[in-house]
Amino acid sequence: MKSTLAIMGKELRVLFNSPMAYVVTAIFILISGYLFYSIVLFASSQSMQILRVQGALPQINLNDLIFRPTFHNMAVILMLTLPLITMRLLAEEKKIKTIELLMTSPVPLLAIVMGKYLAAMAVFTLMLGLTAYMPLLMWYYGSIQWMPILTGYLGIWLLGGVFIAVGLLASSLTENQIIASFISFGAVLILWLIGWISQGVADTSLGSFLTYLSIGEHTENFIRGMIDTEDLVYLATLIIVGIFITHRVLESQRWK
Amino acid sequence: MINVQNLTKRYGDLTAIEDVTFNVQKGEILGFLGPNGAGKTTTMRILTCFLPATSGTASVAGYDIFEQPQDVKKHIGYLPESPPLYTELTVTEYLRFISRIKGIERKDRTEALTRVLERCALTDVRHRLIGNLSRGYRQRVGLAQALIHNPEVLILDEPTTGLDPKQIIEMRQVIKELAGQHTVILSTHILPEATAVCQRVVIIHKGRIVAVDTPDTLSAQLRQSEKIRLTLRTPSPETAEALKTVPGVVSIFQEPSTDGQVFMVECELGRDIRTELAAQAVRRGWGLLELTAVKLSLEDVFLQLTQEESKQEEPKEDALNGEPG
Ligand SMILES: Nc1ncnc2c1ncn2[C@@H]1O[C@H](COP(=O)(O)OP(=O)(O)OP(=O)(O)O)[C@@H](O)[C@H]1O
Ligand SMILES: [Mg+2]
Repeated sequence: MKSTLAIMGKELRVLFNSPMAYVVTAIFILISGYLFYSIVLFASSQSMQILRVQGALPQINLNDLIFRPTFHNMAVILMLTLPLITMRLLAEEKKIKTIELLMTSPVPLLAIVMGKYLAAMAVFTLMLGLTAYMPLLMWYYGSIQWMPILTGYLGIWLLGGVFIAVGLLASSLTENQIIASFISFGAVLILWLIGWISQGVADTSLGSFLTYLSIGEHTENFIRGMIDTEDLVYLATLIIVGIFITHRVLESQRWK
Repeated sequence: MINVQNLTKRYGDLTAIEDVTFNVQKGEILGFLGPNGAGKTTTMRILTCFLPATSGTASVAGYDIFEQPQDVKKHIGYLPESPPLYTELTVTEYLRFISRIKGIERKDRTEALTRVLERCALTDVRHRLIGNLSRGYRQRVGLAQALIHNPEVLILDEPTTGLDPKQIIEMRQVIKELAGQHTVILSTHILPEATAVCQRVVIIHKGRIVAVDTPDTLSAQLRQSEKIRLTLRTPSPETAEALKTVPGVVSIFQEPSTDGQVFMVECELGRDIRTELAAQAVRRGWGLLELTAVKLSLEDVFLQLTQEESKQEEPKEDALNGEPG
């Protein structure tokens, strides 16, 4: 535990002493902010129209109108930006040979992997935390239900957790950061696209299996305000499997 | 303190080290001498539990490297071939991180840090980013990393490469001071370095140990095969013949040079004939300009040692083609 924290602390220092963490956070905040802004504009113009046609303002649901698309946008932006955080985690250690230092220190291999994972999670949590202005604004100027917002954030947080586990695994496979980022982006994209493929074969058992595998399927409930144990299990399993395989990969690389 | 028995490591078909056996006493500095690709780094990586061996056993500080790797790691300080540094951290940030992963208690960390900064002469640069330090300073940070937890055993892989002559001397001095309290294995491909710093030298070549000796006997052994370089301004045509009659001379090679004639005199093993050669040259008026014992290069040493070995084994072995590692 102590050594996990040591590794995590070092990783955070390295991340924040170099521009990457800031750049990725900035990209995420800017793009998600811009999309949020256009969604709000669109929603308000729509309600103005309804007001004009019907003469009265209906009870509009800001949660459905604004936050569902916003969470979807966040998921896509994270798919593109989190690999930039995770790509260096292990690939860089191998490239500059500091992995030799970590592996010859009295630190369990799992602590190294977990420290790296938690560091990336901390950066990601910070990124996500910075978007809290969105619900706060809506809450101040309108009325929103907090529960679906919180479950939505939980869903996105777990989704990012999966992206980071996949990215960490990708980073363990190569010394090259660029390759690592492509591998993790590709892998995450596949997890995402399975959902689309499954729509083509929707009524078969293959279809339902693919739907089950699809990661989008398992975040949708969270975004709609529901916490389903099946979704929790699915996302947690992906995270644990990702970390476990990373551990195995590092272990097996010693034997090469 | 360190006990290595029959270690063998294969990478696929390539045998990096074979049947390596040696011991290091407590407080001793052992030199690990060999040309590129000899297997020095491989051996060190096995001892530090970074690589598993294919076969054989070893124990460090009383712990078996396969059974108790965590204990071994606690008692070793390791400076790899390329210092493992995070260029985005400052020296202090880096060493604090190291002190945490080496398991130094929180209350002792500051003291350990101050001590190691002083010992490695890093106090002035402690707040600088490692990425902005010169090669020599980085090497020192690497050494500080290995020393910070005051380990019983130090394993240093070519600690002086890339340093300027002054820094090499300083680095050797630091290492020498480690003797006694620490047990040190140091790898190098520089013969004088091994003889200057170490109490015992293991010579490894193509993955096999070809000699284990003290620097004294090693130098004595090397003196046996000394060549002498004799430069004469006015040699006579029969000089070569005359030189051959000097007792102990085995063969003579001549080569012209700008100021006279150079004679490479190879002499019998174990005989120092320099005084006799000088006397001859003066007596016959050859105009003695230079008389030096030619130091054997490391390659010559390996050639000699491996040839001695291969007399019993394979008849012919090219000792020079150690590949760069
Ligand atoms: N990961 C690896 N895979 C395959 N072969 C390797 C690997 N590491 C080392 N070797 C080979 O093992 C042999 C010994 O290498 P090693 O690095 O131990 O030599 P060295 O004595 O440290 O050389 P140098 O003085 O160049 O550092 C070399 O022939 C090298 O090519
Ligand atoms: Mg080496």
